[in-house]
Amino acid sequence: MLRVAVVRFPGSNCDLDTLRSARRVGTEAYFVWHRDTDLGGADVVLLPGGFSYGDYLRSGAIARFSPIMAAVRRHALEGGPVLGICNGFQILCEAGLLPGAMMRNARLTFVSRPVYLMVEQTDTAFTSAYEPGAVIRLPVAHGDGRFVAAPEVLRQIEAERRVVVRYVSPAGPAVGDDNPNGSLNDIAGICNAAGNIVGLMPHPDRAADPALGNTDGMGFFSSMLAWSPAPKGAR
Amino acid sequence: MSYRVHVRVVPRAGLLDPQGQAVEHALSALGFTETSDVRIGRAIELTLDAASREDAEARARRMCEKLLANPVTEDYMLEVEG
Repeated sequence: MLRVAVVRFPGSNCDLDTLRSARRVGTEAYFVWHRDTDLGGADVVLLPGGFSYGDYLRSGAIARFSPIMAAVRRHALEGGPVLGICNGFQILCEAGLLPGAMMRNARLTFVSRPVYLMVEQTDTAFTSAYEPGAVIRLPVAHGDGRFVAAPEVLRQIEAERRVVVRYVSPAGPAVGDDNPNGSLNDIAGICNAAGNIVGLMPHPDRAADPALGNTDGMGFFSSMLAWSPAPKGAR
Repeated sequence: MSYRVHVRVVPRAGLLDPQGQAVEHALSALGFTETSDVRIGRAIELTLDAASREDAEARARRMCEKLLANPVTEDYMLEVEG
C-alpha cells in the first residue's frame, strides 16, 4: 500500500481531514510530528491546512524551519510527491520548494466559502485523475491567500504550464469576484517543473467525503495512486 | 558589544497593500486628505552581540534575508544602534 505521511505542525487543523481523505482512496496514511526528523518511509508527503505556529511573522514562515522539513525537502528534491494544502502551500512557498508567496487577501477579510476552479495541469502527482479543463468546486478558508510572484517568475510559471488550478466562475472562465483573494492571474495552485510538488489554497480535503455532499476534491488523493514521475526532461 | 537593531519590513513597492489602502481611506475620511501611498508593514527590534557595528549590521541583514522578510513580497530597512 502507498505510504502517505501527513505532517502535523502545532496549529495544523486540517490534519485529520487530510489523513482520512488519503485513507479513503486506499492508502496507508499516518501522522508525522513536526519535531520528527524521519518520514517513516513515506511514498507521499501531505502538508495539511491550518495556522502553523499561529501564522506568526508570516503564514508558513516558522513551520518551514521545523525539524521534519529537512526530510520533506529531501523527499521533494528526490522527486517524491508533496502536496501542500492551504497553510501547507504557504509553507512550501516559504521553504522555496514552490515559487511565489501568499499575501493578505485583497479585500482583507478571511474568506470561507466554496470556489470554482479549472484544473489546467493534470500531469502532476495530484491531478492526473482529472480531465484537463475540468471545472470543480472546492471550499477555501484563508486570510492570506493572494498569490504573488515577481513578473518574470509569473511569466515562467505560465509559460511552463505550472498553474495547476485557477479560480474561475461557476460556468467556466469569466472570474472577477469569483477570484476570492486577488491572486495574480487568478492562480489558486501551482506545481514545480517535474509535477511532483503541488500547492493550492483551496481544500480538496474538505471535499473528499460522500457524506459531505461534494467529492470534487477526491481526485487530488486518488491521483497519488497512479503517479510515476516522467523521466527528466520529458515534460 | 551589544547592539540594538531596528528592522522595518514593508510590502514591496508595486504590490497591492490592502491594509495600507484601507488606512489611507480612513485617514482621508478623517480629513487628512493630503495623505497618499500608505504602506503597512511590521517593526522588529532585537539585541545582538557582535564584534563591531558592521558585524552587527551584517548579521542582522542575514536574519532579514533568511527569515524576517520574505524576499518575494517585502523590503526591509535596518538601523543599528549602539
